[in-house]
Amino acid sequence: MAELHVELVAADRKVWSGEATIVLARTKSGDIGIQPNHTPVLGAMDPQPVTIRQADGTTVVAAVHGGFLSFADNKLSILAEVAELADEIDVDRAERALAGAKADSEAVAQRRAEVRLLAATGR
Amino acid sequence: MGAQLRVYKRRIRSVTATKKITKAMEMISASRIMKAQRAVAASTPYATELTRAVTAVATRSNAKHPLTTEPVGATRAAVLVVTADRGLAGGYSSNAIKAAQELTKRLKGEGKDVDSYIIGRKGVSYYGFRNLPVAGSWVGFSDKPTYQDAKEASAALIDAFVTETSAGGVDELHIVSTEFVSMLTQNPVEARLLPLSLAETEANAEEQGPFPLYDFEPSAEGVLDALLPRYVESRIYNALLQSAASEHAARRRAMKSATDNAGELIKTLTRLANTARQADITQEISEIVGGASALADATAGSD
Repeated sequence: MAELHVELVAADRKVWSGEATIVLARTKSGDIGIQPNHTPVLGAMDPQPVTIRQADGTTVVAAVHGGFLSFADNKLSILAEVAELADEIDVDRAERALAGAKADSEAVAQRRAEVRLLAATGR
Repeated sequence: MGAQLRVYKRRIRSVTATKKITKAMEMISASRIMKAQRAVAASTPYATELTRAVTAVATRSNAKHPLTTEPVGATRAAVLVVTADRGLAGGYSSNAIKAAQELTKRLKGEGKDVDSYIIGRKGVSYYGFRNLPVAGSWVGFSDKPTYQDAKEASAALIDAFVTETSAGGVDELHIVSTEFVSMLTQNPVEARLLPLSLAETEANAEEQGPFPLYDFEPSAEGVLDALLPRYVESRIYNALLQSAASEHAARRRAMKSATDNAGELIKTLTRLANTARQADITQEISEIVGGASALADATAGSD
């Protein structure tokens, strides 16, 4: 099965890199699924978990808070200021952050906490 | 103990204490250089990918974006200079400030007004002491910058850039920082962040071969709108990290020569103290001998 190379990069570190069969993300104009040999694309992303499916059936989920994706020559780069893998996320802390953000009605912080929870728990 | 000797002893003690401090600072800086270099390396993938994406959009689309088009007859420019928060780093801060002053002079020669933005307490106090106008300044993170710090500074700069020139905005964005070449060499460098210099992007494009024909989501303009602020942030972040590494390297070198000088001084002072002690002893002996022989003479005379 054809595979594409994925680089998930945050501003201060490389979060994940490896081979995948399909990557699901949400750009400003809607959800996008990228499989090998997709046409070159460069998009701005909305804060939303990114799902990376690998050939052996395992999936990697990462909370990506905005940023960009660029795909060309079977190489996909996902760039974000902040990105974390699902298993790096502290669910309790995210829940507390969500409650705090809701109380202060801070839309950005709330969205950030929601994305984290979505990535970590699938809710 | 003679007065002279006591003075020397006291100076040796104080220089020894200074040497201990500078030695400690040298070692702290040395360990922090490694950390700072690792931070630079860790931020590199993001910066390279982002530069590549920006170059791709800028060269592949015909989008006319205010952040990429060269304004005709630019009249105002912003210069961001990165300095240290603390001193004792040799010429690190003054070299960066000197480079910024030269750039400012050159821009003024081209008929542009210059707004100065400063990062680091040393730069702020330099401009403050000389009553030079400062458009904005940020302090307190020069030795360990985070992405958030870079974001704050770049938000203000981008704000100034998108404001109309007549309303106090700027047409160009320059940054003066210190490039970390090696442990021994750090050079002040200047770069124009915005508008994107086409020569730079074209050189990159040639290196990497032609770009594929991208589909843009949602549109080339939309992507560029979102990309360019991130690009500026990441360039500033990279400059901050490089400067932090340079600061530590400069401080390490300055502290190493301070430690060496203190060692020299201790050696010289020890020699002087030994001479003084020996002189004291010699004098004492000659006094005793002189006293004894005078006594002997006196007894002999009384016989």
